[in-house]
Amino acid sequence: MKIEMKGINKAFGSNQVLKDAGFVLEDGEVHALMGENGAGKSTLMKILTGVYTRDAGTVIVDGKEVIYKSPQEAEKAGIVFIYQELNVLFDLTVEENLFMGKEITKGFGICDKKAMRKKAQEAMDKMGVKIPINAVMSDLSVGQQQMVEICKALMVDAKVLIMDEPTAALTQSETEGLFKLIKSLRKKGVSIVYISHRMEEIFELCDRITILRDGTYVGTEKIKDINMDDIVRMMIGREIGERFPARDAKIGKEMLRVEGLTKGKTFKDVNFSVKAGEVLGVSGLMGAGRTEIMHAIFGNLPFESGKIFIEGKEVTIKNAREAINAGIGFITEDRKTEGLLLEKSISENIALANLGKFSDKSVVKKSKVDELVKKGIDEFHIKCFGPDHECNNLSGGNQQKVVFAKWVYTEPKILILDEPTRGVDIGAKKEIYSVINDLAAKGVAIILVSSELPEVLGMSDRIMVVHEGKITGIIDAKDADQEKVMTLATGGTL
Amino acid sequence: MANKTAAVAAPTNKKSWTSYIGEYGAFIALVFLVVVISVVSPEFRTAGNFLNLLRQATFNGLIAFGMTCVILSDGIDLSVGSTLALSAVISAKLIMQGVPAILAMIIALISGTLLGVVSVLLVTKGRLQPFIATLITMTAYRGLALILTDGKPISNIAKSIGDRPNQFAFKLVGKGNFCNIPIPAILLIFALIVFYFVLNKTTFGRKVYATGSNSKCAKLVGVNITKTKVIVYAISGFMSALTGLILISRLDSAQPTLGDGYELDAIAAVALGGTSMSGGRGKITGTIAGVLIISVLNNGMNLLEVSTYYQDVIKAVVILVAVLSDRKR
Ligand SMILES: Nc1ncnc2c1ncn2[C@@H]1O[C@H](COP(=O)(O)OP(=O)(O)OP(=O)(O)O)[C@@H](O)[C@H]1O
Ligand SMILES: [Mg+2]
Repeated sequence: MKIEMKGINKAFGSNQVLKDAGFVLEDGEVHALMGENGAGKSTLMKILTGVYTRDAGTVIVDGKEVIYKSPQEAEKAGIVFIYQELNVLFDLTVEENLFMGKEITKGFGICDKKAMRKKAQEAMDKMGVKIPINAVMSDLSVGQQQMVEICKALMVDAKVLIMDEPTAALTQSETEGLFKLIKSLRKKGVSIVYISHRMEEIFELCDRITILRDGTYVGTEKIKDINMDDIVRMMIGREIGERFPARDAKIGKEMLRVEGLTKGKTFKDVNFSVKAGEVLGVSGLMGAGRTEIMHAIFGNLPFESGKIFIEGKEVTIKNAREAINAGIGFITEDRKTEGLLLEKSISENIALANLGKFSDKSVVKKSKVDELVKKGIDEFHIKCFGPDHECNNLSGGNQQKVVFAKWVYTEPKILILDEPTRGVDIGAKKEIYSVINDLAAKGVAIILVSSELPEVLGMSDRIMVVHEGKITGIIDAKDADQEKVMTLATGGTL
Repeated sequence: MANKTAAVAAPTNKKSWTSYIGEYGAFIALVFLVVVISVVSPEFRTAGNFLNLLRQATFNGLIAFGMTCVILSDGIDLSVGSTLALSAVISAKLIMQGVPAILAMIIALISGTLLGVVSVLLVTKGRLQPFIATLITMTAYRGLALILTDGKPISNIAKSIGDRPNQFAFKLVGKGNFCNIPIPAILLIFALIVFYFVLNKTTFGRKVYATGSNSKCAKLVGVNITKTKVIVYAISGFMSALTGLILISRLDSAQPTLGDGYELDAIAAVALGGTSMSGGRGKITGTIAGVLIISVLNNGMNLLEVSTYYQDVIKAVVILVAVLSDRKR
């Protein structure tokens, strides 16, 4: 299926998000869509699939001009969108999610559960995934939820599949599985629009690339004819230089030490320490227990045995408030449910974590809040109308920046970052890396949990690898490479 | 790949025993209550009392079924008691003015349904929170019922019905028996089956759960949120009106204050049954258990002559314990 979008304009209120945007998708190709956070990639795709209406422009599908009024219309035409913010009904089962809105019935609106189960199981088998179709969605990992979404798309025989940052929450191995799937779909003639901020993926997977900047079409190139620097230049209009900026931090005394931390099967006998000014990278497959260990340290998750020392003194941290008071900051992996109040403004989100700073005898001083929030928006280049922009309407990457700003301003001594650059564009990533470096230079001890191997390798002083709840190795970044880390992460030894 | 994904936190279909307690907690509590009260009160154990209890449960039960649907879709309906009163008063007035009772009763059911629709239009079109919208209609419907009756009960309805078939129909709803089982109890069981079927076996049922789980997502996959909500509140209104008909038939009079406070018992029953107050999760079977718990408590405490002051406190404690234990799982 060939799709041509031309001269698309879209404004939300007074905010012109797309002006003269567009791209051409050829039959059976994997087409990358890139651009900074807030460039309008998701919005463009939502216009194609009828989630949003456009203000101007044309969409031509197989030579005919079309306007889809709803995602269902687009789906009937064979165009399926897997949303960046996964669109799943968490309280319902896998099967109910797969068939929502298109149930198989025996007539009179009576569900034919047997038929649906069978079809769902067949589709799962075809994809080669083992997810119980009776499971409730909220019990699945993000990776599995993603697979359910893809399964849903394949069940309607999609001719065009749009994936908006599908790997953001997947591990290396899940990503590989997804890539195999994408490649086999391409062989079957399915066209795929692939949105991602990960350069490696674009080069591995895609045939052509279109770049958007500030809602405007910049250009389309064959992947063969372009390199990373070209892409970055097209995306942000200038060079960004080194991907991982150099750090000038003195490694000082030990800030945090964990001894024998254990919680059943989740994690066992975890020992490590981080020093002031040091960045400790934490690598491992998803579900290895990295996130759980961090939650335990932060007092979010009770553990069975083990000790935590801060600056040499043993501490007991029972909840997040105590952790913050002890000088720990924590940027959680799941910004949607843990990191952000989506209905609230940027300003309110940043203020909430820093109430102590702004309030005088419990009265919040608006002027002080505004001052800091403005600084945050500048410093992190958060793309928004202003401090009162509701976080719901920020692009994915910009939401992440708000979370980051919120925590950095609490001035923690120890900062735990769980997937801090998930969904963040390459320019902004570098800004976040610079902030990490600045913090380290100021003597903050940093724990950087990340599934992106280049990031861990490029940013850490030491790398700790977790496999099935156990630490399989802590290696100096100087001696580490992709292969060594992967070996440890899959339970091997060096 | 396949193995890897499965290895990552594969959810099992096996359930731990604690989750069974969660699932059937309301039933376990019900059995416990029945056993305890049976032991201390011989009167409680009689067949007559059980039928009586079932009849009492009907009023709260029918309303709570409708309420379950509303709450599952992430709404709430505070207007059920007032809807009951207004539709009951309407039908009583019509009967007194000589309209055939059967027709008057059908009109009552239609009015109840429409009153529910008015509530939901305030939510969908007026963009009011369900709590506020139904607080408004609750107040308005009660006021209308008072205006229609001048604040006075309409009594001796059955006597004023001229022809036999209509009189029979009017009496049947509240006082009739079939094979010694009160008609209201039969209506309750019939309604339970219908609600169970609709919520579990139909596409509409799935839409109700989807709407309550996450309306934004549901909308994106093509669920008509507005339509689902309208139907759900209409059902609630219909069930209220039906309950009203049973009540006036039993009492042979229609008071404008009928059904006062019924919304609280219905919501309590739904909560006792383990339905999430923010929608998306819950079962109609839980609700019937919740309804029976409340009825057994009321009935048992009356038989044991517990002072009415204490009754409310005890009821509150039972609801608190049930809801707290439900949250633990
Ligand atoms: N519903 C909405 N209301 C108002 N503004 C919106 C809405 N949706 C998106 N925007 C704004 O439109 C701009 C483009 O957003 P979009 O989500 O398309 O970016 P993106 O290119 O997908 O970015 P990312 O890589 O971070 O996902 C952003 O500035 C965002 O704040
Ligand atoms: Mg996006």
